[in-house]
Amino acid sequence: MKNITLLTAAVFISLTITACGESDAPADRDRSEAPAQEQGLSEFEVEHGIGPVTERVEIGDGFDQAMVDKGRNIYEMKCEMCHNYEGRMVGPELGNVLERRSPEFVMNFILNPGGMARDHPVGQELLREYMTIMPFQNVKEDEARAIVEYLRYYAEHN
Amino acid sequence: MTKQKSKKLRGLLLGAGFVAVAAFVFTGCPSQQSMLDRGSAAEKVYVAPGEHDEYYGFFSGGYSGQLSVWGLPSARFLKVIPVFSQDPETGYGYSEETKPLFNTSYGFIPWDDSHHPHISQTNGDADGRWIFINANNTPRIARIDLKTFETKEILELPNTGGNHASSFVTSNTEYVIGGTRFSIPYEQDLDVPIDSYSDSFRGALSFIKVDQNSGMMDLDFQIVVPPYNYDLGRAGKGPSADWVFFTTYNTEEAHTMLEVNASRNDKDFIAAVNWRKAAELVANGHGRTVPGEYYHNYYEGNQGYAVSERKNGVTILDTREIDEDFIYYLPTPKSPHGVDVDPTGEFIVGGGKLATIIPVHSFSRMLEAIDAGAVVERIDGIPVLDYDATIIGEVENPGLGPLHTEFDGRGYAYTSVYISSEIVKWSLETFEVVDRIDAYYSIGHLMITGGDTKNPDARYLVGLTKTAKDRYLPTGPKQNHPAQLYDISGDRMELLLDFPTIGEPHYAQEIRADKIKDNVAQIYEMEDNDHPHALRRIADNRIEREGNVVRVFMGATRSHFRPDNIEGIRVGDTVYFHLTNLEQEWDVVHGIAIKGAQNSEILVAPGQTKTMKWTPTRTGIYPFYCTAFCSALHQEMQGYVRVSAADSDVELTWRTGTN
Repeated sequence: MKNITLLTAAVFISLTITACGESDAPADRDRSEAPAQEQGLSEFEVEHGIGPVTERVEIGDGFDQAMVDKGRNIYEMKCEMCHNYEGRMVGPELGNVLERRSPEFVMNFILNPGGMARDHPVGQELLREYMTIMPFQNVKEDEARAIVEYLRYYAEHN
Repeated sequence: MTKQKSKKLRGLLLGAGFVAVAAFVFTGCPSQQSMLDRGSAAEKVYVAPGEHDEYYGFFSGGYSGQLSVWGLPSARFLKVIPVFSQDPETGYGYSEETKPLFNTSYGFIPWDDSHHPHISQTNGDADGRWIFINANNTPRIARIDLKTFETKEILELPNTGGNHASSFVTSNTEYVIGGTRFSIPYEQDLDVPIDSYSDSFRGALSFIKVDQNSGMMDLDFQIVVPPYNYDLGRAGKGPSADWVFFTTYNTEEAHTMLEVNASRNDKDFIAAVNWRKAAELVANGHGRTVPGEYYHNYYEGNQGYAVSERKNGVTILDTREIDEDFIYYLPTPKSPHGVDVDPTGEFIVGGGKLATIIPVHSFSRMLEAIDAGAVVERIDGIPVLDYDATIIGEVENPGLGPLHTEFDGRGYAYTSVYISSEIVKWSLETFEVVDRIDAYYSIGHLMITGGDTKNPDARYLVGLTKTAKDRYLPTGPKQNHPAQLYDISGDRMELLLDFPTIGEPHYAQEIRADKIKDNVAQIYEMEDNDHPHALRRIADNRIEREGNVVRVFMGATRSHFRPDNIEGIRVGDTVYFHLTNLEQEWDVVHGIAIKGAQNSEILVAPGQTKTMKWTPTRTGIYPFYCTAFCSALHQEMQGYVRVSAADSDVELTWRTGTN
């Protein structure tokens, strides 16, 4: 049943993309990272997303302030034009995203947005809702981790 | 072509109108056609959808002023790199960042005529770092970076008329060369009667040094030479790598009706320049500095905005003043056009445009002649060597009007022949023609994969022809210029493909794609954006007014601009939209255009900042929008500017997202 849902979603997405013609076709680099549809998703992937982050990330109790600052810089340069802290914009609000998603999920979404939109049920759902595939913003894995640290910090202090 | 026919036509050469007559005669009677059957020709040029060509081809745009890029052998058109002409398609030459590239000592020049692209070389092989190309009309040389396929630098050449013998590089890109096609008074802006030609006019051969790390060009010196037309140039290879060769015509020193008056002498010259020795003479203080105003325009910073530097003064070596010999004239029949050096560096082939043979000089014999003092005369201090001492072969029956030669590295040369509209293949051993094939029609340059290097791979030959006539569906009295792709891997040349190009391609370059494609940038990294008006954080989007100058620091992403509602602009303001594309995804481009702007759109690559200047002249509401279809919500990517009267007190405000 789950497979049928996924398949239906995949067909829907591909139809959407085809119909949009010149819109955001996923880049090649996403394709190789995504597992084949028939294989289904692992438990980890369902919970934490598809992408280069394949294990739980260590998150401390406090904050690494250097990482928070680095994350804020990248967030303001590469994320903020499409996301509000509160309220939807081009994409969903992010002030409280870590209440909804795991840190690993957020990182994988940043690092593999095309693959997530294509192959992950949550990504597919978000694409249906927002009609825009999130672009890969040339963020490296340690930078994605820093963005997560900043979003944790933001949630704690706002 | 039969020998008899050739002799008969040779008689026609005496007449002034021979070109037109012969062209007429030959257009209708091709010498030979060799084409594979359609199936195997198609197979050889077929590149499946999604797959890449094996070669990049770079074709000069001629009177378009640009450089076009092709995938070969499929002849897929990849892009036009704008170089010397403004390009409203991309905003090149219209954006504030690119306008300075067009500055010259004659002001802003929006057009030129680009002829000879040449890829930078290392050890005599094309290395794919940069490609240079000349501007013929207002003499300049441009450097294009093959990481971004963008023009990064344009250098003007002072005291030069018609930079045609350019922009060929030496074996390790030590120098790029330039040359005077139209001799003019060497002294800047000299106002003299035209018929003082022989006394007042001079030629200038330019040597531009290239920085091996940055690629930046620097006019090192010019050699001042007798007032002939210096037509084409080519650097030596291997043993001759320290030399460059220029063809000359108009050794008659005519200044009117050159068609007749410059075609009288049986022989003109190939000028052989020992550039290493000339450079040493300059380094050792043998040159002198004379006035010469010129502009050097180049991109500054990582991300790309051009600046102009005005320079004055050039170091010259005047052959009348220097005792040491560093340049020699090799007599060469007859108004030679091309000069080409084979992969071994030994054979120097002249395109004897009006000659009935293709003359081949020997580099080693030239050195022997110099040692032996085989000098027949001196012209303005330049030794003229004995023709018989340097010549090693004359190719008989090459057709009418041989122009340019390239080589396959397997012992054969291929010469384009204009009037009889064909390519002849001949042996560098016997100097005999072994094959010939038609060109459609009136071939100019030809180009072999790696044919101008020490190690040509010589799979394909491209012929660049001057008229299409009936080759394609007709498109009016003026049609685009064709190119033909030939397979030269076997004994016989075989025509594979015939396709229209852009502008008028003169010379072209072809290089294995794997030497370039892995280095091509996909984005400009935002972290490196050092543009002074870049928007590094979307939160910084803003507008600043200083008197009548208004700067809009604007961001673009799929699918909106920030800010997108602007009020408080006044008639008489000069408005700069500094648009930063905040995307970091390959090939996601945004553009901007605003109603009534006397300007083109500006396209902005991912991570880049570009500036559109706008001077509103009427009050009203002005919509602006993204000109590049960027996303499903592209049609929503728009905004408004309110323009009020010059004396209005409407406050300058901007906003996004609050209705």
